[in-house]
Amino acid sequence: MYRYDTYDQKIVDERVAQFREQTRRYLAGELTDDEFRPLRLQNGLYIQRHAPMLRVAVPYGLLASRQVRQLAHIARTYDKGYAHITTRQNVQFNWPALEAVPEILAGLASVEMHAIQTSGACIRNITSDPFAGVAGDEHIDPRPWCEVLRQWSTFHPEFAFLPRKFKIAVNGAAEDRAVIQCHDIGLELKRDAAGEIGFRVLVGGGMGRTPIIGEEISDFVPWQHIITYCEAILRVYNRYGRRDNLYKARIKILVKSLGIAEFKRQVEEEWVFGKNGPNTLTEAEVARVAGHFTTPAYASLPADDAGYVSQRAANPAFAAWTRRNVLAHKVPGYAVVVLSLKNPARAPGDVTAEQLDLVADWADAHSFGEVRATHEQNLVLADVRQSELFAVWEKARAAGLATPTFGLLTDLICCPGGDFCALANAKSIPIANAIQARFDDLDYLYDIGDIELNISGCMNSCGHHHVGHIGILGVDKNGEEWYQVSLGGSQGNHTSIGKVIGRSFAAAEMPGVIAKIIDVYLAQRQAGERFIETVRRTGLEPFKLGVYGDAAVKERKQNA
Amino acid sequence: MPKLIKNGQLVDDDARILVLDETQAPEELTLAAGPVFVPFAVWQAHKGQLSGRAGLGVWLDSHEDVAELVPDLDSISAVALNFPKFTDGRAYSSAALLRTRYGFTGEIRAIGDVMRDQFFFMQRCGFDTLQPKAGKYSDAQLEEALASLKDFSTPYQAAVDQPEPLFRRAARAA
Ligand code: HEM
Ligand code: SF4
Repeated sequence: MYRYDTYDQKIVDERVAQFREQTRRYLAGELTDDEFRPLRLQNGLYIQRHAPMLRVAVPYGLLASRQVRQLAHIARTYDKGYAHITTRQNVQFNWPALEAVPEILAGLASVEMHAIQTSGACIRNITSDPFAGVAGDEHIDPRPWCEVLRQWSTFHPEFAFLPRKFKIAVNGAAEDRAVIQCHDIGLELKRDAAGEIGFRVLVGGGMGRTPIIGEEISDFVPWQHIITYCEAILRVYNRYGRRDNLYKARIKILVKSLGIAEFKRQVEEEWVFGKNGPNTLTEAEVARVAGHFTTPAYASLPADDAGYVSQRAANPAFAAWTRRNVLAHKVPGYAVVVLSLKNPARAPGDVTAEQLDLVADWADAHSFGEVRATHEQNLVLADVRQSELFAVWEKARAAGLATPTFGLLTDLICCPGGDFCALANAKSIPIANAIQARFDDLDYLYDIGDIELNISGCMNSCGHHHVGHIGILGVDKNGEEWYQVSLGGSQGNHTSIGKVIGRSFAAAEMPGVIAKIIDVYLAQRQAGERFIETVRRTGLEPFKLGVYGDAAVKERKQNA
Repeated sequence: MPKLIKNGQLVDDDARILVLDETQAPEELTLAAGPVFVPFAVWQAHKGQLSGRAGLGVWLDSHEDVAELVPDLDSISAVALNFPKFTDGRAYSSAALLRTRYGFTGEIRAIGDVMRDQFFFMQRCGFDTLQPKAGKYSDAQLEEALASLKDFSTPYQAAVDQPEPLFRRAARAA
């Protein structure tokens, strides 16, 4: 993975010094709350319900074991002993004291980490495929390109105060695992007819209160020009994006109001001036960065390890875990392991300091010292030998990290919601845990199969509810917490925005509502059909009927 | 006399920033003597007279397009770009455009909600003159604030102050 050179290190060290000084001035009363807010936000520091919340950048989700240990140390020393993996592959701490943040940042800098631009109206952490480099369907490794873009966007002087936040995601495989269609810029690596690398560029996607799927602005930007092309997009957005209304300030609104054709015209008119200029990428720079993402020293192994085959046959619990949480690796004899953070006893995505330390040890022992964070709020060991899976499973199970439900109903995405977040309409964690408690029968979960359930505590959609096969959104009705349910959302290559099924529900009703939805699916599904495929085929009607009953649906129709 | 930062130094400056209130029409204005930045509307209305006047600059608000100044740039020695709020980042693009696309070599001054925490970015985008928000800093504090110009010693990207990105400026070890 990428290692800092003296330049990279200096930039994060100087950031620590800068923020230390800003915090000092704030505490001395030289900066007002309003003045300090954008400064701390650009360092990932929110003031939340109980305490400040610090978001640490995990560029494209990649972590080295010593970085994981540092996160554990921070959780233990400055927080309440745990951290939270976010839907943008970052890590959040919910309880640090403001005064301690400069020290925390210094600790992060000591392991080549930072919290730069993890929040605020600037270019945010660049996200990518958590299986980059190991997935069988990958054409081009996205990680070097993410790193090149990370460096370009870090403290970009022209784009530090955009109309609103700006999120870029990069994918390089047949299947989109980076939600590129719901990003301000989504980049899909591809090759042209001559075999040259370039990017299909999507723009104007996003969730929030107005979910929009990104549109294609270019079907191929050659790799040399990707920075100048992004700069052109950013400059048009910085100049013409709306600044009068926070809810209309994302680039998606500008793209919609101009239309993609006119937006593209403006971008390409701007691009003429930057194209072929100094920001044009060089082969040397790409090679330098790509040199950090070399193939690890894989052993040459049989495709099926005999011991692994017999361990699976002998141990049904291990077999169940491997069926869900162990994924194919492009190298024979290796496997990708998902360490589940969906233990029903904890908030989805939460991980304790002790667990982080253990994960770091397992990474060193079994996975070339690397860990990945996924936007679905799990951790991944990407390079485990099949022959070591049993040992990893036993350790993970003892540590509560082997919930064998990857990709199933209870492997849900969930934002921090009302328990932590000052913007929430409703709590989301208790809903997640109640659904997990209701669906605790593994055989039943396996029978239901692949399904994505996403929960957000408000319209900001941090929990990706718009693209959940089942989406749950916290709403406020006269000061009470209610939940709206949508169906048919989806991420990946067939990204779609879910549709609301009807009136919202009280918290206590939610597990029952989900059970009814699942019953409809099981009754309706055709052989081999996944939940989302059934919803697409049947539409929402049978589900509405199952949830609200015949009478309610008829009545609504009459009133409509 | 108030102080501001020009090319990295503290200097005295008493240029006024002329702000029209709603009752004043740009056409009916008579300008008192002394260095002054006039709003773009006043410049447009009085170009003929104002052109070449000593100590005259033009200021643009963040929504005003610098391209409109281009035909006049030869007769303007200073342009000020306003930050109505420091989170309004449009003037960074305006300054960069003035310097790069339109080749303006005169003074570009940051005015409005200007604080030391933006100095670094401003200077990178081509501002040579930084006029902090009135009353924000004592002379001593402004002296201290000069340090913010050097918050980062070696930035990654190309910008006005360093037209080449780091990967062209330095041989970085693989
Ligand atoms: C707890 C403090 C948090 C606050 C105050 C907060 C605030 C917001 C706001 C205001 C938006 C809407 C932005 C817009 O549409 O312009 C948003 C979107 C989002 N946030 Fe958060 N958030 C928080 C935590 C999180 C966490 C923990 C995650 C990950 C689990 C997260 C991930 C996201 C994502 C993925 C979006 C949607 C991006 C999009 O609209 O394209 N946020 N957040
Ligand atoms: S979706 Fe709403 S409640 Fe949940 S973290 Fe985001 S802002 Fe907070």
